[in-house]
Amino acid sequence: MQRFINLSEEMRKGPDLVTPGLLSCQGCGTALAMKLALKGLGERTVVVIPACCWSIIIGTYPHSTLNVPVVHVPFETAAVAASGVRAGLDVRGEEDVTVMAWAGDGGTFDIGLQSLSGAAERNEDILYVCYDNEAYMNTGIQRSSATPVGAWTTTTPGGSLKQEPKKDMEGIMLAHGIPYVATASVAYPDDFFEKFKKAKGIKGTRFIHILSPCPPGWRIDSAKSIQVTRMATQCCIFPLYEVEAGITRVTVRPEEVIPVSRYLRSQGRFREMGEDTMELVQVLTEQRWNSLLERETSTK
Amino acid sequence: MSKKKSANRYFLQGNEAVVEGALTAGCTFFAGYPITPASEISEILSERLPQVGGTFIQMEDEIASMGAIIGASLAGAKSMTATSGPGFSLMQENLGFACIAEVPCVIVNVMRGGPSTGLPTNPAQGDVMQARWGTHGDHPIVVLATSTVQDSFELTIKAFNFAEKYRTPVVLLSDEVVAHTRETVELPPREEIHIIDRIAPSMPPEWYIPFEDNSRGVPPMAAFGDGYRYHVTGLVHDVRGFPTQRPDEIEAFMKRLFRKITQGFNEIQMTKDFMIDDAKVAVIAYGSVARSAKRAVLDARDRGVKAGLLQLVTLFPFPRMKVEEVLRQCRAVLVPELNMGQISREVSRVNQGKCQVRKLNRLDGGLITPEQIMYELLKI
Repeated sequence: MQRFINLSEEMRKGPDLVTPGLLSCQGCGTALAMKLALKGLGERTVVVIPACCWSIIIGTYPHSTLNVPVVHVPFETAAVAASGVRAGLDVRGEEDVTVMAWAGDGGTFDIGLQSLSGAAERNEDILYVCYDNEAYMNTGIQRSSATPVGAWTTTTPGGSLKQEPKKDMEGIMLAHGIPYVATASVAYPDDFFEKFKKAKGIKGTRFIHILSPCPPGWRIDSAKSIQVTRMATQCCIFPLYEVEAGITRVTVRPEEVIPVSRYLRSQGRFREMGEDTMELVQVLTEQRWNSLLERETSTK
Repeated sequence: MSKKKSANRYFLQGNEAVVEGALTAGCTFFAGYPITPASEISEILSERLPQVGGTFIQMEDEIASMGAIIGASLAGAKSMTATSGPGFSLMQENLGFACIAEVPCVIVNVMRGGPSTGLPTNPAQGDVMQARWGTHGDHPIVVLATSTVQDSFELTIKAFNFAEKYRTPVVLLSDEVVAHTRETVELPPREEIHIIDRIAPSMPPEWYIPFEDNSRGVPPMAAFGDGYRYHVTGLVHDVRGFPTQRPDEIEAFMKRLFRKITQGFNEIQMTKDFMIDDAKVAVIAYGSVARSAKRAVLDARDRGVKAGLLQLVTLFPFPRMKVEEVLRQCRAVLVPELNMGQISREVSRVNQGKCQVRKLNRLDGGLITPEQIMYELLKI
């Protein structure tokens, strides 16, 4: 097991725009994700946050804040509020500012999907980031359409675990024909950083989907959140790839593909998941991974 | 339900009591979306509804929640949703649809500080006028306010009963304090609870005129799937349910919508009073503030002030008759609220100079304390 990650020089020296004292839980993935993202984007960034964990994590002044302007907007409006900020900046000729919408999975997959789709269809010049912890964690672990099949949440309790597989968000975004779609994981910071740097230089709607561990919601030890998240990529449940101008490229190839059961069994939320479901997840994961590899070859 | 003490006594949270009330009233469908401080209602129903053969769906937002409970109600299920301020705002368009299409349903709004995201974990009473006028267009609506866990149980049943009887959406206003307070409640045996179901048409399908007036102003309601084919629309419609532009039909329809509620005023306009008979000054309060007011009345009496409390259980239609009685009897009334005076304006509106109306408002996220109310009572 790889224990330490050698971060690139550039990334270590990048600006740290997240001040200490965040109100996130121990082992929170999204706190780290914001730090990495802003390192990639730099100071000339405006962050648009809808209702989500980050509206709390950002803390109360002066304990913590981001060293960039932040607007915290209603739940369903991250993409469109960001579009508006972009338009305002354009009017004033401030073209070097990156506008980043930063929403959770509920605000992206569910309530925010309509406005995100609208913005993507108009190819608004925004970077939309979904930090996906796979449920409504801020309100107390209710299922979202990003919650994986077989997971426990407070609204998919024991006896009625989530029946439906996770929504294919990348597929939806790709169908809009936007210039950049990528997945990223806090367990692979170098890959994460490179994608944000690349996204910054692209014009039009860019969508980055981050897998972000949530120890209380996933029922894992907070010390193991990165380890568990890394397994999601190693078992191909959450492959890391990007689609730039229609060309698919897998950016992190697991050296050895592990069975999904190792990833699933490492988390309390899948404790009641049956063997049948687990086999189904294995099959579906392999299918998706193979079709991703095919797409990579065919678009080369 | 937790910590059962004796046969009918339970130690419940306000949100849990809403669930118990809904299930007792026969709710079989719930659609909701996570929001503080109402999420517990969804969470518990996600477990309980399947056990009684009902359906729980977690929706993608509150527009969807409201849309789904309307659909379920048309298909014959007693349905409910629960939310808080931001979600209640998203429900407003469909709430108006439920009014015009006369679809029975219950909407629980556990109020928190606003506007917008506001204060998600603090109590407030800022949504009172939104509950009354949040959806566009002129319309009647029933709005109830709970102040205790016991109330939450009983008023949820009442809300379903009014919804079914009058074919109207009913809004139950709770707040963060009532929702998260745990106290002992007594749940009466099922057979002692009066449950009302919508009246189904007794005529054969070919004779059914879905929106025809009658003495109550409430037409019988057929469930989709029962063989009664009819049209439901958010456009103003004639007695057969089809859109109309004829002024005579429009006016008759709109007047019936109002009349059906007006005819039920005696039953719908609920209040509770406490030491009001000989009161010279009165508190008019509702929701969690009524709890503080009760204590304040006792403390004021200890100090020689003849105080009383009129608690508004129904906020809309505004219980004008009861309020007028108190205004005639007292030299001053105090209306404490966790807003800038939404109900005190209603009180002033019916006052017509009879008596002095004072306000006491708190907007800092805290609850109005008995001391605050008592101090005001001693001053007037």
